[in-house]
Amino acid sequence: MNISRRWLEAFLRRPVDAREAASTLGMLGAPVDAIEPLAEHLAPFVVGRVLTVEPHPDADKLRVTTVDDGSGTIWTVVCGAPNVEAGKRYPFARLGTVMPGGLVIERRKLRGQPSEGMLCSARELGLGDDHGGLLTLDTDAAPGTPVVEVLGLDDERLVVDVTPNRPDLLGHKGVARELAAAWKLPMRLPAIPDEVELDVPPPDRFGDEAVVGGIRVAITDRNGCGRFLAATIRGVRVGASPAWLRERLEACGLRSINNVVDVTNYVMLELNQPMHAYDAATLRGPAILVRPARAGETLVTLDGTTRTLPEGALLIADAERAIGVAGVMGGLDTEVTDGTTDLLLECAWFAPSRVRAGKRALNLSTDASHRFERGTDRWGAVDAFRRAIRLLVTVAGGTLEAAVDLHPAPTHPPRIFVRRARVAQVLGVELPMLELERCLTAIGCTVVAKPEDDRLAVDVPGWRPDLLAEIDLIEEIARIHGYENLPTDLRGARPGARDDDPAWGAADRVRTGLAALGLSEVMTLPMVATGGEAAPRLLNPLSAEHGLLRDRLLPSLLRQVEANWAAQVGDVRLYEVGTVFARTTAGGRPAEALHAAFVLTGHTRPPHWRDGGSTPTYDLWDARGTFERLVALAHPTARVEVGEGEWIARGPDGTVIGHCGPLDADAPAWASALFGGELQVALEAAPAATYQAVPTFPAVSRDLALLVATDRPVATIVRLLEERGKRAHLEQVGVVDEFRGAGLPAGRRSVAVRLTFRAPDRTLTDADVDQAVGRLLTQLERECDVTLRTA
Amino acid sequence: MSSDHPSLAALKARLAGIAALDAAALEAEEIAVLGRKQGELTAQLKTLATLPVEEKRTLGAALNVLKGEFEAAFAARRAELAAVAKQAARANLDLSMPARTQWEGTRHPVTLVVEEIVEIFRGLGFTVAQGPEVEDEEYNFGALNFPPDHPAMDMHDTLYLDPEGVERPRGERILLRTHTSPVQVRVMREGPPPIRVVIPGMVYRNDAFDASHAPAFSQIEGLAIDEGITFVDLKATLTHFARRFLGADTRVRFRPSFFPFTEPSAEMDVGCRLCDGNGCAACKGTGWMEILGCGMVHEEVLRLSGIDPERYTGFAFGMGPQRIAMQRYGLPDIRLLYGGDMRFLSQVGGLGR
Repeated sequence: MNISRRWLEAFLRRPVDAREAASTLGMLGAPVDAIEPLAEHLAPFVVGRVLTVEPHPDADKLRVTTVDDGSGTIWTVVCGAPNVEAGKRYPFARLGTVMPGGLVIERRKLRGQPSEGMLCSARELGLGDDHGGLLTLDTDAAPGTPVVEVLGLDDERLVVDVTPNRPDLLGHKGVARELAAAWKLPMRLPAIPDEVELDVPPPDRFGDEAVVGGIRVAITDRNGCGRFLAATIRGVRVGASPAWLRERLEACGLRSINNVVDVTNYVMLELNQPMHAYDAATLRGPAILVRPARAGETLVTLDGTTRTLPEGALLIADAERAIGVAGVMGGLDTEVTDGTTDLLLECAWFAPSRVRAGKRALNLSTDASHRFERGTDRWGAVDAFRRAIRLLVTVAGGTLEAAVDLHPAPTHPPRIFVRRARVAQVLGVELPMLELERCLTAIGCTVVAKPEDDRLAVDVPGWRPDLLAEIDLIEEIARIHGYENLPTDLRGARPGARDDDPAWGAADRVRTGLAALGLSEVMTLPMVATGGEAAPRLLNPLSAEHGLLRDRLLPSLLRQVEANWAAQVGDVRLYEVGTVFARTTAGGRPAEALHAAFVLTGHTRPPHWRDGGSTPTYDLWDARGTFERLVALAHPTARVEVGEGEWIARGPDGTVIGHCGPLDADAPAWASALFGGELQVALEAAPAATYQAVPTFPAVSRDLALLVATDRPVATIVRLLEERGKRAHLEQVGVVDEFRGAGLPAGRRSVAVRLTFRAPDRTLTDADVDQAVGRLLTQLERECDVTLRTA
Repeated sequence: MSSDHPSLAALKARLAGIAALDAAALEAEEIAVLGRKQGELTAQLKTLATLPVEEKRTLGAALNVLKGEFEAAFAARRAELAAVAKQAARANLDLSMPARTQWEGTRHPVTLVVEEIVEIFRGLGFTVAQGPEVEDEEYNFGALNFPPDHPAMDMHDTLYLDPEGVERPRGERILLRTHTSPVQVRVMREGPPPIRVVIPGMVYRNDAFDASHAPAFSQIEGLAIDEGITFVDLKATLTHFARRFLGADTRVRFRPSFFPFTEPSAEMDVGCRLCDGNGCAACKGTGWMEILGCGMVHEEVLRLSGIDPERYTGFAFGMGPQRIAMQRYGLPDIRLLYGGDMRFLSQVGGLGR
């Protein structure tokens, strides 16, 4: 909402500092996003007083003048305007002034005579088209005074961020009321300049139908229209608005249209009551009706667009056709034009939900719909209506013929009881009854104290549709009392009884564990362009790039690797822990699971000069190590198995819950191999480890070179050794080397293993170990077709 | 017999010269004097056997003293030379050559912010609750006191799931949660007060992905409900949080605001740290930065979740870790937080940073 500082001053009848007002409004819940100085382009112009006027020696149409601009120097200025007169004051552009058109005023010679500045016309200041002569300033302000002050244009616009619950702040009166409450000042409606003496009594009340000035007015959609005031004014002269009215509207960012439309807009900006004026001569019937739209009805709105109205939309119609979308926009056919002489003025209360529905169906938001959908003051509408009529007659002439007030089901704003004890229960402080009364009275409530049961009876004002229950008033008390005036003492409280969500701890374990391996965490967008069959589709994504919910994390990590490659970064180690989604039943809520994924490519450590240019890069075995670490962190009950060209992780129930291996991506030629893996995260932590005695006796090792069939997985050999060696105190089986190639029997490779033996209770002898190794070799040969490599 | 014995005098002269020998000469001299076979002193000792008893005793004693002196002198010179050599070797090393390092893993800046926030509230008796990211419209809006035709339920604000042909009226659609508040509803319905939880998680809006907006971002909310919880507790708890999070001298203020699910509602501002409250571009000249929204849980929200608002009261708050991370690290573009640029990630999120 754009608020004019000068308009506020007119309400409060005192000067207002815009910054102070902004700060006060902010602390009342209506932050001011910006303070915009208006008429800024006029800032450099000052009042110049012409001292002398002499004819130009070499030009008939030019005059040589001397000008006092208050600086102490008297300037010689050559001027071509016919109306320049000694002793009068005009806008003066000093040397160096940049004119609205961009021209810079410099010292120069005009037909041989030096000129040191410029006296200006209205057009030269950008104030209209009058270029017949200089703009004579009707003032006795001292030379050097800024012209904006003399012209009364020194306004500022406060851009107020109004929350949706406060429609009253969409009018200057509401904002002025807040400031008056905070500053403890009185407030009154501004006087209308040159107001005609016209007594406009409250119009006669009717049910849902009446005749005004020969025009039938009826509400046939009571659910949509709670009140409808109408007046006929005849003999108006449509034309330009007076300057004060134009300035008010323009200060708020509205364009002046004509005196009639400007009056309706003025009242809207002042009292938050949108209104509409029809050219009475165009109404067929003549009648004006509020009714639901019939199927297929169309209307050309004020903006010249033909709109098909949805059936049931709240309409204004005459006897034959739609003439307006209630609360949103009027029709072109019945609008006020230069030739209009008779007006029908409408001032109504429309149901917010119906206006919102109409706005949404037509995708058309206006100043009026913005206000109606937040709730206007259905009881205050009468005063707004009467003010608009007086204003209309003042600025456009004419006479008020008749006025009616259709109010089918009169109601009152609610009466609410506020218990002092409840205020204390919510706010945490005992406020005296008097302070409660002060706060509520300041916002316009009528308050009656009921000390016998320690409560207040509060009649809320009509402009506050958000005040419906006791708690709403408690908030108002806190707001006006001042949040800053409530204490800030930290007290003990009962701790929460819930355990942490296990997903939180699980995610934290994985994050910490993978970061410890040198990987960097990323957080990619959960919406993706492509995904598997299970990826849920969004109904209304902003772009197809984000049309699906991810069903895996790894594809998004791949995109990040490619982006690094594109930036010439080859060492990339990333991981992500996040939610993935999978469709379940058609149109039902998808399943969600916590996943963790990683990618690795490039050097295994930052290259060092001692490496001589051959720092290793990540290979399959680094990937397996990272994956096994991830499984240990994220799903300790799962086990890693060999799959088809990759490793898979199997949960305790046998389902595959993760995989890891080499990855294909759009890699530049210089990039190292890329590996990655993804795993479903189990929510349970691994059970705490149980202590096992630290060995006290020495170990004995034996290295064996085994000849193994090339297609036999070493894991089977290791497993057999581990199982059979237990009795002989085989503590560990390590694979230390693999060799393939010349010198070996066909179809065989050499695998070096190191067996480490250790007894918990004695030092093993060589004889013990040799005997155990011999037995194990016999079993390997028999069961795994493995022999000891000789020579 | 005494030290002026001619053979002793010659040896004594050589003893004095040891301190000036270099490593090679030292070794040669040691062999020449003490060597088992040709050593001068060794030879002298061997000749003792041929001397008369009296002479043997005096000369023998003197030679043994001299032998000890030689041994000490050689050892001292050896140590001296070794020290010089070590020093020389060290002087040859260029200690300015770069170190061998390891990759440093990092955590996401938003994760770090969220964890810091969680830890502070953990100290105040809060535990962590989480919930689904895809929600029913009822949990996301209705149960939180949003009126049925609230504009937030429009397509241009909220992301809905494709109903795949299933008819779902307004209010019963399936959506990506627009805030973490539906988890509040789930927690309230799961058990009676006291409730004290913080709720971190991803939330979604139908926003373009540009420098200052993202269609998905983190949020962290808190909820405290019990008998006797008041607006003073809200102010005190969140003020304490701000001072733990940003420093004990942080200035804090509460401004009225509006949310459908709290009443009274407030925004909490903290003094702008860039300009020290004097006003700058970052704080739009106000000297204050908005950090979180909060309020007393709306009576209707309690009632809708089966909690008696006349008995129990509570407060809730919520904030955006992405915004906090952007302020903390001075990020010009929110999209940095969604990418995997190693050059960016290695600047932030490391241990001890």
